[in-house]
Amino acid sequence: MLPTLIALPVVAAFIVALLARLAPGRTRLPGAVMALASLGGFALLAATLPTILDGESVEGAWTWVEALDWPLAFRLDGLSILFAMLITGIGTLIGWYGRAYMGDDARNARFFATLLLFQAGMLIAVTADSFAVLFVGWELTSITSFLLIGFKHEDAEARRSAQHALFITSAGGLAMLGGLILLGVGTDTWRFSDLTRADVEALDAAVASWALALILLGALTKSAQFPFHGWLPGAMAAPTPVSAYLHSATMVKLGVYLVARFQPALGGLELWGTVLPVVGGFTMVLGAVLSVRERDLKRVLAYSTVSALGWMILLAGLGTSDALKALGVTVLAHGAYKAAMFMTAGTIDHEAGTRDRLALGGLRRSMPLLGLSAGVAAVSMAGLPPALGFLSKETTLAAGFEEDAAWLLAIAVASMGALTLVSAWAAGVAPFLGGTTEAANHAHEGPPGLWMPVALLAVFGVAAGVAGPALLPPLLDQVVTASYGKPYETHLTFFTGFDAIFLSSALAIGGGLLLVRFHRAMPGIPWLRTSTPAVVQAILDGLARLAELVERVTQHGSLPVYTATAIVVAVVPLLAVTAYAGPLANLEVEADPLVAAMAAVVGIGAFAAARSRTRIRSVAALGAAGFGITLIFLYFGAPDLAMTQALVETLTVILFIFAFRFLPIRRERDDLRRHYAALAIAGTTGLATTGLTLLLANRDGGDHLRQFFEATSYPGARGTNVVNTILVDFRALDTLGEISVLAVAALGILALLRLTGRAASRVERIDNPRVLRTAARAVLPLLVVFAFFLFLRGHDQPGGGFVAGLVAAAGVALYAMAYNARVARRLLRVPPRSLMAAGLLVAIAAAGFGTWEHPLLTGQWTVLTLPADTELKLGTPLLFDFGVFLVVLGVASALATALLEEQR
Amino acid sequence: MEVLLAPVVGLLFACAVYLLLQRSLGHVIIGLALLSNAANLFIFVASGLGDGAAPIVDPLTKMTPEGSADPVPQALILTAIVIGFGVLAFFITLAYRVYRITGTDDLEALPAADRPSAEEDGQLA
Repeated sequence: MLPTLIALPVVAAFIVALLARLAPGRTRLPGAVMALASLGGFALLAATLPTILDGESVEGAWTWVEALDWPLAFRLDGLSILFAMLITGIGTLIGWYGRAYMGDDARNARFFATLLLFQAGMLIAVTADSFAVLFVGWELTSITSFLLIGFKHEDAEARRSAQHALFITSAGGLAMLGGLILLGVGTDTWRFSDLTRADVEALDAAVASWALALILLGALTKSAQFPFHGWLPGAMAAPTPVSAYLHSATMVKLGVYLVARFQPALGGLELWGTVLPVVGGFTMVLGAVLSVRERDLKRVLAYSTVSALGWMILLAGLGTSDALKALGVTVLAHGAYKAAMFMTAGTIDHEAGTRDRLALGGLRRSMPLLGLSAGVAAVSMAGLPPALGFLSKETTLAAGFEEDAAWLLAIAVASMGALTLVSAWAAGVAPFLGGTTEAANHAHEGPPGLWMPVALLAVFGVAAGVAGPALLPPLLDQVVTASYGKPYETHLTFFTGFDAIFLSSALAIGGGLLLVRFHRAMPGIPWLRTSTPAVVQAILDGLARLAELVERVTQHGSLPVYTATAIVVAVVPLLAVTAYAGPLANLEVEADPLVAAMAAVVGIGAFAAARSRTRIRSVAALGAAGFGITLIFLYFGAPDLAMTQALVETLTVILFIFAFRFLPIRRERDDLRRHYAALAIAGTTGLATTGLTLLLANRDGGDHLRQFFEATSYPGARGTNVVNTILVDFRALDTLGEISVLAVAALGILALLRLTGRAASRVERIDNPRVLRTAARAVLPLLVVFAFFLFLRGHDQPGGGFVAGLVAAAGVALYAMAYNARVARRLLRVPPRSLMAAGLLVAIAAAGFGTWEHPLLTGQWTVLTLPADTELKLGTPLLFDFGVFLVVLGVASALATALLEEQR
Repeated sequence: MEVLLAPVVGLLFACAVYLLLQRSLGHVIIGLALLSNAANLFIFVASGLGDGAAPIVDPLTKMTPEGSADPVPQALILTAIVIGFGVLAFFITLAYRVYRITGTDDLEALPAADRPSAEEDGQLA
């Protein structure tokens, strides 16, 4: 049941996204999908409710991060189902309302898909049993709410508000993660259902305090408690369905949920009992005061939400069974009436074009049904009997009178009650009364989607109030049991007698009714500006400036400086390593004159290349260095390398002919500082690499790899050329990767040259020397034969696919230079790209051959005995090598022909 | 013999780095070509040089010749040479495109072409 519950909104989000593709014109569908998906979740929860009411819980756990003992664990108990039913129930109405409110906005798909993902995040968070799962859901709501608040991203205010909300909630989320980890590591418990108060009491006091403080930071930021409350009014920049959803039943309630969820285990800590009631109580009163001062209907409701959240945090912090019972009632009551009130404000804005409550009046004439619904919803918000809001205030007062600071609490709750009554009046009743203002002139009743959800919630608020004492206790029992940690039996009554509770309640209502007369004057009252948005904005601006500074310093845009940075970072540690190395005891200083000559060729070549000022000299010097290296390879027993190097040197000449047909080799601009800096870095690199070479050459032993390959090459891979068996058998997967890279690089080059789409019909004059053409024609067959010879003997003697491919490609390149690229390509019969593809396919086929009984790339051999006692070994490594041959031939000839063909 | 060749490796690296740090694309291309040569020779020398025999197994003795070269670095270098060629070709083509589009081979002049104009900046902010 739990996976279905969470999968529903996720799948629905994808359906919405898919619909946007398939039926972009159906802009009303996304809202309907959200309503139906939410309704499905609600129905699922309603079906599970009897089980929960019996005192059982629904659990499910799947393996996730086994090493950390983090299961994907979910648990649905009384507390969870209360929140989950609010999330899905109000989600249904928001889908319906949003469908009408958003109209034919082209971005509806994105809007509702994000809302659905947000809903998924909420459901994950409130059904999570493992800390890690909770965090994932928690962060999902932070990110999606950022996207929702900033939905009107063309509006700078919306972007700022979204950033503000993200900054506060994600910083809080990060703190909470720290707290959860501290708690988890300290108690060795990563699940809510396993965590007990005894576990927490056994903790080191400092660890417990830090864990708690960090977790509370998460809860208080999410629930917009003072001094983090600034993001919530700012979040009103979002479209109203978002405000109605996030600030009634979901996002901001998550902090309250977290506190209630942790109450059984952490409630005993002293910090808990002081911070939460004080912060909650203060926020409760502050929010109520700020609420009545606002003119914008949504901001009135936003601050009243801040106040209500403070109220709930206060109750959760008190942590007595009565307080938690009151919390259950309040969560339910607030979710219902606040969603209704927000939707009312949205509909008024939608129809009358303004949310300024001082400019609104007389809307009852044009919008009677909305007015009636809003009025009834306001009864619950105002805390008047017989609505659920009244019950929530009564139970709160009752819980408060059990505390030591009873009268302080009573005064706080009563003044909050009085002010909230004013807010309810101002937002839900006043716009409909009085004379018709200019703004109200154009208004008319919207479609049912704009007022029916309000009506339903309003009816719910009163009905749940009337029937509450009879119906709610079984659910509240489970809520309290889950959040108090002990079984509890609830009673709800409207009237407890003429006692202190009655008196406080009467004071709240009476005071409220008295204040309502002046509600239009309240926005004018000067009041201390609580400017946390300004503080947060300053922090955000500072961060942006810091980022800009870092960017300016690190992303300066000079490629040589980037290169220098990378080189210095790589070379300095090397230098340090070589400096600390011991004496080079295993090395002998010899000076074979032949080797010295080769070394001199390489060194002089490199030096000349670095100093050269002309193109031809650069290429010649580079060639000399390459040639010297070829000789070194040959001299020290690496014929395969020597052949490959020699061929690549030849093909590189083609590259340079191409490169320097267009690129100048300039004399460096006379910048001495740059010159010396480059010299210094180059010198350091030279020293470090020299040192490293000696250090590594000096190492002793450790050639077990070599011994393995030499011992198994012939018996295991049936080849005597160890280098080749490594390439095509032992490490064939690497080779497969390498030829793929090669093919990709070649395709990239072809794309860069934009050769692919060019018509090949251009006639090119052949004006190359006749001698060259004749030579090419004579040499080509030799090269082809030589390539096949090298390929066939490659497994046992120097040669193989790489070298053979290069030799054959050299023939193609020769033709391209002697004639032109088209003639050269015609030699191949097929386009070079097809050769590459065919080569990769052949290599993959060879790799996959036999996978039905052996692991990938296991060599399969068959030996044919030919006449005259000749044995012919055929095997998949040879086939693989043929793939390598084809890829190398394709790549090299593609490059040679394409580059030569490119015109200035 | 490693002692003789190690400074050559160092010199190759030093020259390659010097060229890479220049402003003109042409120098950087030469530097890149030298750099892959330097890396290949580095692996070859640092893994120890033999007496000059190739690592080819004698089918009768099932052994490689005494003092033969180590086949493992050779296998590494063989593919590195070919890949280095591919990378160099790619870089040269890229440089060609850059030169054709921006009209300059001066790397310090490129950032101006890279940065969004003030107008685009305004749209982003």
